[in-house]
Amino acid sequence: MSDTIVSLPDQATARIPKDNYITRENGLLSWLLTSDHKRIAILYLISLSFFFFIGGALAGLIRLELLTPQTDLMATDTYNKVFTMHGVIMIFFFLVPSVPATLGNFFIPMMIGAKDLALPKINLLSWYLYMAGGLLALYTMAIGGVDTGWTFTTPLSTHYVNTNVLTTGLAAFIAGFSSIFTGLNFIVTIHKMRAPGMTWFRLPLFVWAHYAASILMVLATPVVAIAIVLIALERTMGIGVFDPTKGGDPLLFQHLFWFYSHPAVYIMILPGMGVISEVISTFSRKRVFGYTAVAFSSVAIAVFGFFVWAHHMFIMGISNYAVLVFSLLTMLVAVPSAIKIFNWTFTLYKGSITFETPMIYAFGFLGLFTIGGMTGVFLGSSGTDIHLTETYFIVAHFHFVMVGGMLMAFLAGVHFWWPKMTGRMYPEKLSQLAAVVTFIGFNLTFFPQFILGMLGMPRRYASYPPEFQILNVFSTAGATILGVGYLLPVLYLIWSLRYGAIAGDNPWQATGLEWQTQSPPLTENFVEMPVMNHEAYDYEWLEKQKKEKGVASAG
Amino acid sequence: MPDNSVNSAISANSAHEEHPSYLRHHFNSAEQQADAAGFAMWLFLLTEVMFFGGLFTAYLVYRNWYYPAFVSGSHQLNVVWGATNTVVLIFSSFTMAMGVWCAQTRRRRGLVLSLALTFFLGLVFLGIKTIEYREKIEKHHVPGFHYSLQSFLDPQSDPEVYAEYHDKPLAPDMARHTELYFSLYFLMTGMHALHMIIGIAILGFMILRARAGAYTAGHVTFVENFGLYWHFVDIIWIYLFALLYLISRHQ
Repeated sequence: MSDTIVSLPDQATARIPKDNYITRENGLLSWLLTSDHKRIAILYLISLSFFFFIGGALAGLIRLELLTPQTDLMATDTYNKVFTMHGVIMIFFFLVPSVPATLGNFFIPMMIGAKDLALPKINLLSWYLYMAGGLLALYTMAIGGVDTGWTFTTPLSTHYVNTNVLTTGLAAFIAGFSSIFTGLNFIVTIHKMRAPGMTWFRLPLFVWAHYAASILMVLATPVVAIAIVLIALERTMGIGVFDPTKGGDPLLFQHLFWFYSHPAVYIMILPGMGVISEVISTFSRKRVFGYTAVAFSSVAIAVFGFFVWAHHMFIMGISNYAVLVFSLLTMLVAVPSAIKIFNWTFTLYKGSITFETPMIYAFGFLGLFTIGGMTGVFLGSSGTDIHLTETYFIVAHFHFVMVGGMLMAFLAGVHFWWPKMTGRMYPEKLSQLAAVVTFIGFNLTFFPQFILGMLGMPRRYASYPPEFQILNVFSTAGATILGVGYLLPVLYLIWSLRYGAIAGDNPWQATGLEWQTQSPPLTENFVEMPVMNHEAYDYEWLEKQKKEKGVASAG
Repeated sequence: MPDNSVNSAISANSAHEEHPSYLRHHFNSAEQQADAAGFAMWLFLLTEVMFFGGLFTAYLVYRNWYYPAFVSGSHQLNVVWGATNTVVLIFSSFTMAMGVWCAQTRRRRGLVLSLALTFFLGLVFLGIKTIEYREKIEKHHVPGFHYSLQSFLDPQSDPEVYAEYHDKPLAPDMARHTELYFSLYFLMTGMHALHMIIGIAILGFMILRARAGAYTAGHVTFVENFGLYWHFVDIIWIYLFALLYLISRHQ
């Protein structure tokens, strides 16, 4: 196949530059006390992957239990703990920080031509907070776990369970501050640290997406923090704010919780959308169609995202008028999401498309996110929601958006920027296989769950009527394939650290500033401050650079 | 607009040569560094607003639902102490602003004095708050711990408050909801007091550094940003004073 654009330097003479951010300092302490955004991103990448596989193992246990209609693998209360910890770990310790803390941390300063994030020490502090929260969550799991569901629903969490609500809540609280500091750091950096000539409308769309997600992190996360504080005080002191016997209202908790937790799904997906913009543009050799529209659709998703939270509460007894309004507002979010999908499709149209691994993952994203998004409209319309809520339809919808969308985007991004982060290429054929295996495994796992949900199988139960078994067997079989799809990258990416081909500065011939410097980059990112003298995704500029200087480099 | 940003960045570049010792390596100029830190502080205060926002929402909802209970609950608060504390805090904001001015104009002794005064006023505030909390504990008005409805079912058993407001007895189910009022009272003032304690601890640290002349050599970002924090905590109190103490005075 000659349909790739990858242009590697002559492997016989190619060298990894001697001075780079990895070799500048040595020893464990130089990593643990670093304030270099690139090193912190690598710390995050390692710890995130660790938590992802713990959450994944829990998901494996869930699917194994659901292989048969009876409860045979574990007791029902163990099952409750397993799905709760799966949710807590995957959401707070993988999905929320996934792309921002790793790829965003690494590339936002490079894309805007800065030496580092504005607040490097705060950046390191966020990683420590993240680790403290994550280890506390693991500790909770070791001492018996929690079984409220990741939503900490009151009065279950405040009155009726005697599992470890407090430690889990504290873990989420601490992780929340990690997220706040990351978002705050990004906003300040994007406002104040841009290189000369890097105007707002020359920013890569990856940066715009992170800007929108950061607004959500900064404004929404403190609200869940106070909700968790109230849960803790209710549980320990009985303050009564959510306790109906004292006049409190459990619904207030739902409002406070979803005021964060709905925008949180946009915190999770927006950075992924940023990755997709970069990947699709690079591998179709075209400027992203409707750049401004895509940029503003990120901001629109962030803004609308604040006004839809009550669609999680349609069956909880909120007023019919509230249902009507929130239902309409929810559908409004579909508009900017669709703007993105259509613009990416138009970017592909008449582009010179090539099928490197990141692009295959990006195609996976387009298909799966579209299905996930459209089923979101089903759930947003109150009539169908009442039928479908609390069934496997919700589970399937959420996993299509988060796993089919976000995880695909995360893997697309990790492969896309791997050569820049490590200086070496991943093995192309094997990774293409992994991308396809992931796609097949994903569909086999989660598509049957839409049907299960339509048929009325409720979520969060360890047993189900025997007539649902065949679809559950499909789903469990798919999960094993999916597991292989996720293990493969870990193996070959580690392999590539030593044996991968030397990547050179710009193996994809991409236009972003991060590609116009050595790989792996210097600790200071650039030898001298770059000057941005062209638009984003300007491939003609890149060609001209190559002709004039023989190499691609900025200013 | 693009030209502008190019120009400012270029002038920032030339400022690079002076290189004051406090300039971190990844900034181009001291101006950019101070700008970024100030902006970050404002964003942090925004998260604080959202954090308190959850509590204010709860207050708003329950005050609407249990209006008589909230009025009677509010009558239990001591407006004199509350007003004194408000004056103390506003005055501490003034001394803090003086501190920022002293740092900017490089007056070391003035800075130390202003910070020490702010520190002292912060402690006075917490002292008065302790007196108020003790009163609540003595009357069994702390939710969750032997909470007593006596003052609301039988207002005349509480002669001081009765003399001032002549409250009618509440029906038992409404009287129960006063516990919610005091929950919110302790949560909001407690969360505010926690911010005060953190602020006072930082003030103590700043006084030591200021005596060594750390903030009077041109790098005043830390003092300015702490000032923002202190004023923010002050503003929160002004809202709390109005919503918890004053709003039901004449009902």
